[in-house]
Amino acid sequence: MFRKNYPLLTISSEIELPYNYSLGKYGGRLVTELKQNGRIVGIKCPKCDHVYVPPRRVCGRCFIEMDEFVEVSNRGILQSFTVVYFSFLDPETGKKRPVPYGYGRIKLDGADSEFLHFLEESDFKKLKIGVTVEAVYNENRVGSFKDIKYFKKVEDGDPS
Amino acid sequence: MERVAIIGIGQTKYEREKKGETVSDLVFEAATKALDDAKIGIEDIDNVVTVSNDFWDGRTISSMAVTDACGSYGKNVSTVEDDGTFGAFYGLMRVLSGSFRSTLVVAHCKGSEGSNHLITNAIFNPIYERAIGLDSISSSALQARRYMEKYGITEEQCALVSVKNHKNAKDNPFSQIATDISVEDVMNSKMLSDPIKLLDSSPISDGACAIILAEERMTKKVTTRPVWVKGIGHSTDAYNLGDRDLAEPDALTRAAKKAYEMAGIQDPFREIDVAEIYDAFSYQELLWSEGLGFCERGMGGRLIESGKTTKKGMLPINPSGGVLSAHPVLVAGLARIAEISIQLRGEGSGRQVDGAKIGLAHGINGACGQAHCVWILEN
Repeated sequence: MFRKNYPLLTISSEIELPYNYSLGKYGGRLVTELKQNGRIVGIKCPKCDHVYVPPRRVCGRCFIEMDEFVEVSNRGILQSFTVVYFSFLDPETGKKRPVPYGYGRIKLDGADSEFLHFLEESDFKKLKIGVTVEAVYNENRVGSFKDIKYFKKVEDGDPS
Repeated sequence: MERVAIIGIGQTKYEREKKGETVSDLVFEAATKALDDAKIGIEDIDNVVTVSNDFWDGRTISSMAVTDACGSYGKNVSTVEDDGTFGAFYGLMRVLSGSFRSTLVVAHCKGSEGSNHLITNAIFNPIYERAIGLDSISSSALQARRYMEKYGITEEQCALVSVKNHKNAKDNPFSQIATDISVEDVMNSKMLSDPIKLLDSSPISDGACAIILAEERMTKKVTTRPVWVKGIGHSTDAYNLGDRDLAEPDALTRAAKKAYEMAGIQDPFREIDVAEIYDAFSYQELLWSEGLGFCERGMGGRLIESGKTTKKGMLPINPSGGVLSAHPVLVAGLARIAEISIQLRGEGSGRQVDGAKIGLAHGINGACGQAHCVWILEN
């Protein structure tokens, strides 16, 4: 069918698809509290008492609407973590994030679900499941999930 | 349930970059192979289910671009944007509805054409996890560490899965990464996202897979080697990763229970002869083995060490080489069904499990196995 060998070619293109995602009333309240008060809010299910962070409208297990916002702690227990060694393009800034960096799953005091965020990047050897970590906020806060800069291990003697 | 059978299967070879074929070419190859395998023509197909993902294809309503290639011209075509096991489930329902005698299900993906990191990052909530850059590898690393810490699973035990499956792949002509490696090779491979290393991870792959499902009457007319659907189950967990204990595959346990009940299976480890499960990362074969009830929770590491899941073991798992040896996303679950069909027909050549009568195929959807689909097949 093909008597001659033609080269196998590819064509490169990029799709830019801008979106304006709604944070909704629940996500909006979370990031506004982060920005204005440096505190994290969750929401409590009226049926099973489970406290979810981030807050959202529905308890998936009970399929019931939630409306009781509760403040949870900026501190919690590290439940899992990873240290990432491959770089990625930050979708918000378009810049590559320097490696290595950490992610953690944190059970904040007062919450039942776990919160995912960056972990402090200086000494990964100190990280262990079960240590207490605390949110560190950016100085200039804009009303975003990333107003929390990262979570950092609480050292003995740190003020609570 | 009415009896429904798989009467034809077709797969492309899975490769890192299939520059010689567009997605339509891959769909056409898999579809025609499945028709040839069933010894029927496209006129015998009553409807088509395609499986694709718009982000991976980089095309809005990606299914509509493959309608010619899948033979749906003038027929009804519908699409599932989920793993192929869920696409096949929809195809099964269409046959069971009585409106169609036969359904062609075809899945395609060219992982080489897009950015795995950006596409899997877009799985997550744009306000939270997506904003901090989480993707399939880093989220799975959080799952791996949680699972390993909770149950004392070691990195070496996970590495054993990779060693076994890449070796198995040497007997599978469709596989992409077929090689003899050692536990040390896995342990010394590049760290991607601690504790997941390069050789714990499935590759980026291109390829397509098709199966044909048919009602009992048509099956008996056209084929002497049907693979019957005996049981099926599926279940979904919470979307937010923080809402789940990632060490506990509860959704898979629920899915498996439904499939086993339907198939009349009481002791899956003894009654199932061969299993193909979705090992996107090495730890997943262990975790999903627990969810499927092949061993107790937390015993996945012991199971791989026992050697019972090798090709000659009591329950061979992933004799094809599994997803670790080729990972065309969405296609991979359908390929599990195709591989079990090959086994139950006794056509596995070097990868054939002796006397395989009952097989299990498993697919996942969403981050860290949010949803699972389990198929029990019998020859």
